Amino acid sequence: MYFARLFDWKPGFAVLLVTIALWPLAAWAHVASGEAGGFLSGLSHPVSGLDHVVAMIAVGLWGAQLGMPALWILPVAFPMLMAFGGMLGLIGAPLPGVEVGIALSAVVLGALVLGRVRLPLAVAVAVVACFAVFHGHAHGTELEAGQNAMLYSLGFVIATGLLHGVGISVGLIQRWDLGGRLLRGAGALVMAAGLYFLWGAAA
Amino acid sequence: MKRPGLLTWLATGLAALPGAAQAHLVNSGLGPFYDGVLHLLQSPGDLLGLLALALLAGMRGTTAARAVVIALPITWLLAGLIGLSLPLIPELAWLSTLSFMLPGMLVAVDARLPPVIIAALAGGYGALHGLLNGSTLTTMGAGVGSLFGIVLAALLLLLLVSAVVVPLQAFWARVTVRVAGSWVVAVGMLMLGWSAKSAA
Repeated sequence: MYFARLFDWKPGFAVLLVTIALWPLAAWAHVASGEAGGFLSGLSHPVSGLDHVVAMIAVGLWGAQLGMPALWILPVAFPMLMAFGGMLGLIGAPLPGVEVGIALSAVVLGALVLGRVRLPLAVAVAVVACFAVFHGHAHGTELEAGQNAMLYSLGFVIATGLLHGVGISVGLIQRWDLGGRLLRGAGALVMAAGLYFLWGAAA
Repeated sequence: MKRPGLLTWLATGLAALPGAAQAHLVNSGLGPFYDGVLHLLQSPGDLLGLLALALLAGMRGTTAARAVVIALPITWLLAGLIGLSLPLIPELAWLSTLSFMLPGMLVAVDARLPPVIIAALAGGYGALHGLLNGSTLTTMGAGVGSLFGIVLAALLLLLLVSAVVVPLQAFWARVTVRVAGSWVVAVGMLMLGWSAKSAA
């Protein structure tokens, strides 16, 4: 009983552990499988690329700066618009300049946060919608086959929504003078990151 | 060398036991009723629809929530009983997807529908999924017991979720519900894309 000696366990406990480790798994031939993999894979996909993460958080930051009603309209509209882009990507509808569009989204959103620009609500939604379609399209074309589609999509949408939540939560610091300035500084960082992505996309 | 003890033999025997092949309806090990309950809990598409309907009903108040809690399980059960006698209905992935996207969209836009319309929507959803469940259960060798499990689980989920949403008055709480509705729609759009990609 090597393990028992090594960890000073009683032999019975070691045998139990070995039994659990060797326990044969039932063959689940038709019941949906890969749920956890599909969900976690979907959950990790939006956070796997910094260009997406930066833009998603920037949407939340800008929403927080704009205040009501953009603060809640943007998080309600964005997932649907991004999923629309994802659907276009999945069905193979072409969208030229996707990578440039994604990089530009960080540049523009960063600039809007930096300048604390208050656009009319319809224009703000249109700007975000345009970029959402680019991001969604990129995700749609990258989605891996063989996943549980439903749970992958669920994880994907939840992760995107949570990134907005992070942006909105951070954006609430603008209630304080110093927080407002820090928020504009964050916008500058987003914009700088966007320029770096743009350089990479154009190269 | 010391002879293996009883525990070692027992462990070896258990480790060597073959696992049963679960080819069809999920096996809870507790009988067909709980198999049905587990089947619903492992069907994210059905759960999304139920969630969206419960959110929609809860947002519109007690009357709508009560109407949905009555209408959906009854139609699901009746349609399921009919479905049990039908041959296997071909998979209608796009229809199932649209069936949860519609209530999700109504939640996202905070549609102020009268309770009777919401109950009709729930009834339509119950009828569709009851028929699909019923015809599928027959091919899986399951029957009324599993159908009862599915319907009761659906009833409990509707009750619990709508009961949580009905008293929500805070602005942020209602926005959160609307965001959840938009997530349901987003999942549906991606599912439509997946379906189209698979069909191509």
